[in-house]
Amino acid sequence: MTYLTGLLKIFVASMIVNNIILMQFLGLCSYIGLTDNMSASVGMGYAVTFVTVMAAAVTWMIDHWILIPFHLQPFLQIVSFILVIGSLVSLVEIYLKKMSPNLYKAMGIYLPLIATNCLILGVTFVISMHKLDFIQALVEAIGTALGYFMAMLILAGIRERLKNSELPMFFQGKAIAYIVSGIAALAFMGFQGMIK
Amino acid sequence: MKKLKIIWNGIVPSNPVLILAIGLCSVVAVTNFVKNALLMSFAFSFVLILSEVIVSSIRKWIPDEIRVPIFVVVIATFTTIAALLSHAYFPAVYDAIKLYILLVVVNCIIIGRAEAFAYKNGIFDSLLDGIGMSIGYSWVIIAIAVIRELFGNGTIAGLRIMPQTYQPALVMILPPAGFLVLGVLVGWLEWNIKRKEANKK
Repeated sequence: MTYLTGLLKIFVASMIVNNIILMQFLGLCSYIGLTDNMSASVGMGYAVTFVTVMAAAVTWMIDHWILIPFHLQPFLQIVSFILVIGSLVSLVEIYLKKMSPNLYKAMGIYLPLIATNCLILGVTFVISMHKLDFIQALVEAIGTALGYFMAMLILAGIRERLKNSELPMFFQGKAIAYIVSGIAALAFMGFQGMIK
Repeated sequence: MKKLKIIWNGIVPSNPVLILAIGLCSVVAVTNFVKNALLMSFAFSFVLILSEVIVSSIRKWIPDEIRVPIFVVVIATFTTIAALLSHAYFPAVYDAIKLYILLVVVNCIIIGRAEAFAYKNGIFDSLLDGIGMSIGYSWVIIAIAVIRELFGNGTIAGLRIMPQTYQPALVMILPPAGFLVLGVLVGWLEWNIKRKEANKK
């Protein structure tokens, strides 16, 4: 029972309290770059959720079955994780193209972008730093990805409205996106302390 | 003269953070204290300059099809070195921003410069480009860190600047202010550019 509540805690913490974009600032490139288009944000959200969970599972195995037993973790962790995630993304791309062309069409353009998204690598490092077990790692990955999805939807929705409003010249373009995210982050500060 | 221009290019005209707006994660995250920003600039410059030099020196032997994985391996190697160095010499600061130092490896600026500049130019030019880009990145994050620490804590790199009676605006060293300060900075810069264009007409 305590294990289950622990899982719930990890889920809420990774999705809301330590929201990956608004509190930890990972994955900002796609967050600022893609959110001026609602459907692109949704596509990116699906693709990131999918790859994050896969990457978390695979890197957990590499970390615990290869790197730690052979005492390679401090030296080879970065190199092996980035290469694994890069090849995983290409593999997923090939598989989706063959097996489910519709899904591939929906997130095809965003998949290659993900390989260099710092969010995915960030999650795998966080999992390894906090020494989570396999189930916890998966829950953390799902929570983080959903948190990313949520933040993307929030900003995309707001920017859709901003397009029709008259902004002062100073804030036109990207500047207003940063200010809006700053205010959203202020709101998310309210969740701090919810989880000890 | 032309060589100086390569350096200057990274500092202002195509500043990686302000103009190209890439590699922003660390910019927002580590600028709450000047100490963090300094260590981050060190790690970033170390990785960027050395990777550009290495990529440029082996560029003739890299097959075109697999160049990106090779760039990534070179960058990851130097990131590991930078992370171990910072862990050894600045353990307290390293613990605070560990995640962001590890994530230098996927920083879009570094892989972008390797692809766009080092892969096509000579070793010396790449070295200069690396230095220019590093200065461009460092001055921006240190400037943001100075603003945030000064208003949020009344200090700069631990030295008290504001008088004792100053009430620190705590929000400035909390995460959201990173977005706010960066937004104002970007807005100011774009506004300047637009104003110049309007004047020309």
